[in-house]
Amino acid sequence: MSTYIIILMLLGLTAFAYHRGRKRALAVSSLKPAERLHSLPHYYGAWAAIWCSLPALLVLGAWLALQGTVITELVISDLPASVRELPEGRLGLVVNDIRNHAEGSITSGEVSAEIEAAAEHYARLKGISRMAMSVLVLVLAVVGSLVALRFIAPHFRARNTVEWVIRAVLIICSSIAIITTIGIVLSVLFEAVRFFEKVPVTEFLFGTNWSPQTAIREDQVGSTGAFGAVPLFAGTLLISSIAMLAAVPIGLMSAIYLSEYAGPKLRASAKPVLEILAGIPTVVYGFFAALTVAPFIRDSGSLVGLEVSSESALAAGLVMGVMIIPFVSSLSDDVINAVPQSLRDASYGVGATRSETIRQVVLPAALPGIAGGVLLAVSRAIGETMIVVMAAGLAANLTANPLESVTTVTVQIVTLLVGDQEFDSPKTLAAFALGLTLFLVTLALNVIALHIVRKYREQYD
Amino acid sequence: MIDTTDTVTLVKQSLAKRYAAERRFRRIGLAAILVGIAFVLVLFTSIVSKGYTAFLQTQISLEINFDAEVIDPQGNRDPETIAQADFAKLYKDALKARFEVTGRSERRELYNLVSNGTPYTLRDLVVANPDLIGTTGRVWIIADDEIDMLVKGYIDRDLPESDRRISDRTIGWVEQLEASEDIRTTFNWTFLTAGDSREPEQAGIGGAVMGSFYTLMVTLVLSFPIGVAAAIYLEEFAPRNQFTDLIEVNINNLAAVPSIVFGLLGLAVFLNFFGMPRSAPVVGGLVLTLMTLPTIIIASRAALKSVPPSIRDAALGIGASRVQSVFHHVLPQAMPGMMTGTIIGMAQALGESAPLLMIGMIAFIVEIPSGPFDPATVLPVQIYLWADSPERAFLERSSAAIMVLLTFLIAMNALAVVLRKRFEKRW
Repeated sequence: MSTYIIILMLLGLTAFAYHRGRKRALAVSSLKPAERLHSLPHYYGAWAAIWCSLPALLVLGAWLALQGTVITELVISDLPASVRELPEGRLGLVVNDIRNHAEGSITSGEVSAEIEAAAEHYARLKGISRMAMSVLVLVLAVVGSLVALRFIAPHFRARNTVEWVIRAVLIICSSIAIITTIGIVLSVLFEAVRFFEKVPVTEFLFGTNWSPQTAIREDQVGSTGAFGAVPLFAGTLLISSIAMLAAVPIGLMSAIYLSEYAGPKLRASAKPVLEILAGIPTVVYGFFAALTVAPFIRDSGSLVGLEVSSESALAAGLVMGVMIIPFVSSLSDDVINAVPQSLRDASYGVGATRSETIRQVVLPAALPGIAGGVLLAVSRAIGETMIVVMAAGLAANLTANPLESVTTVTVQIVTLLVGDQEFDSPKTLAAFALGLTLFLVTLALNVIALHIVRKYREQYD
Repeated sequence: MIDTTDTVTLVKQSLAKRYAAERRFRRIGLAAILVGIAFVLVLFTSIVSKGYTAFLQTQISLEINFDAEVIDPQGNRDPETIAQADFAKLYKDALKARFEVTGRSERRELYNLVSNGTPYTLRDLVVANPDLIGTTGRVWIIADDEIDMLVKGYIDRDLPESDRRISDRTIGWVEQLEASEDIRTTFNWTFLTAGDSREPEQAGIGGAVMGSFYTLMVTLVLSFPIGVAAAIYLEEFAPRNQFTDLIEVNINNLAAVPSIVFGLLGLAVFLNFFGMPRSAPVVGGLVLTLMTLPTIIIASRAALKSVPPSIRDAALGIGASRVQSVFHHVLPQAMPGMMTGTIIGMAQALGESAPLLMIGMIAFIVEIPSGPFDPATVLPVQIYLWADSPERAFLERSSAAIMVLLTFLIAMNALAVVLRKRFEKRW
């Protein structure tokens, strides 16, 4: 029985349980007219439906999540010792072959008798597991609803129990945010620790040579693998600084103009246009940077006799700056609007012009909030991936020249992990170490920024 | 005593300077806005001007002789034999009949006038209509991408031969075709319906659009109920304690975590730990769910907050339980706001590509996926793949795919605005 059919049957059973529960509640109450039902009849139906579906669904989910691993383990333990003692990677290949053979798809190379037998074993186990699962889930559903139906009596507080379940579901849904964070930390940390077992932390953090190509054979030249991430950090910093240099003045000035000078008409038309920039997918910016801005900068550079790389940090940084403009401008707009009007009025009262008021009263008052917003924007720029993947280079140059090509942390994560490779080489693990660094840095920036913004808001509330 | 007349003259003297500074400041502000708007315009014009031609396709008309000898030598119209026949010979013969060529390399150049998918086009024609066998007829055939580029004017015919990718001879043939009006450009349905291909003229966004569709469906089905439930709990039921504080801090932080980190999570947890299939929209949907949840939760909480407490009090006052008051009275009022937030979250998810690269949705996939478990790619990743290709024709298609993507995004955002305008209530 396929999983879809089981789920469909479960749905049917649940609907039936709901119907029976409701009917039974009405029947019970009509038997004893003196005792009124505690809850509305449909709560008794819901109670039966919950008992029918919830335990069965939990078992189904757990079974589906675990059956693959368990079956594989069983098959492996049945393999001859010569196969079982293969290194992990090779064993994985054998298991893949067994699985593919059992499912009738193409296997790598000749199918030996052992694999044939193991594949049969695998298929048999899978069949048993599926049968057992179907039976267990459906029996559980039926038993669950029968038990629930027995409970139904006029004094039974069905509404309270159902509402308790609803609340539990709500709490679980809101805990997903925590689970996600834990998942991110654990998955990245776990692989990063394995990386740091092979490459010392100090080399990773302070080494200035990055060439993650490790030798496949012993006798290969020039691919020893070096994991000094300083050039990546420097490249990220360079591109982000260019982006901030472009985004902060433009974003801030347009926010000031829109909130202090612009009439309602200009405000209503210019604001949505700027917000379009926020909604454009980053891959589009990447395309624009790589195919329009970068060639333009290179050509204009060669006009004045400068040699500009076609993957210059300048192009990626500028386009990233454009992407961040609406972010800076909307955050600054909020902050500037939060400055109390009385401060402005006082300033006008002593004869200051508008720009003097803005520069000497509004901006100093709004500065902490703006700083928070800029920090959030920096964290965005550091974590931005597609623009740099498409427009920045791959070579890890340690340079501060924006006309040269640099690489960033996110570019390296993508290049190290896209494509097929074995999972426990330092090369792939390095991506997780970079991911951990990225996560920690952006997390720190966000926490500080959110703290500043909140502090600032409280100041004028 | 302060000499007032002196202060007044001082102020008056400085006034001109101060007003100039005022005007300067104002102009800088206006310039900043204009720069922002200019970027939007440059971005859109550059993409549209590069991409609109991809919606047109060059076709060449050939007099094809559906020779029974070639297609169906036994004459029993067996579909299997027909499918295996040498259809390449048909169009090669037609080209040879049209133009005179000598020598192998010249012949090969001639065959390259049309797409190398032509045999399959002809086969499909014959399989759909076996009566064609034995007849001769004009068929419009998709031209090769280089010819397409030439006809669309991307290749300068006046350049010396060594500087362009097409030889004088080929240009001569194309000019002959143009003179007899046997070459035309029509609307490019292939681009909208086909899957990816190594040949630009046969490549389309159909597969990527379906991949995006399945990914978004998975995202929507998971993130909307979970996001709304989380918002309801946090806004309506949660007591103020450390646990709820922790949840709030986490949601705010997750909203700002770089998207690529979610990709790492998907790779390590969904693919490696749970052994889910690579490149499948269902995994992409799971990753994007985690990414869009904060957006949806924050928007839904704002929507719940805007429902006045009097509604809750009224429900509680006539004896509803708290769950009943929330689900029967508050939630319906907050629904439009929640839906607006969800649409905006979905628009974000539609444009996202970095985390999907991590979970293998970057593979070259020709088949159009038929379910969330089939390997697939999504529209933004397809744009990325094509932007990396050296062929000029792929660049054009990449721009056109961006136009399609932006159209979807604008439509979704417009829908969100309409929803907000239509159902927004001022209490």
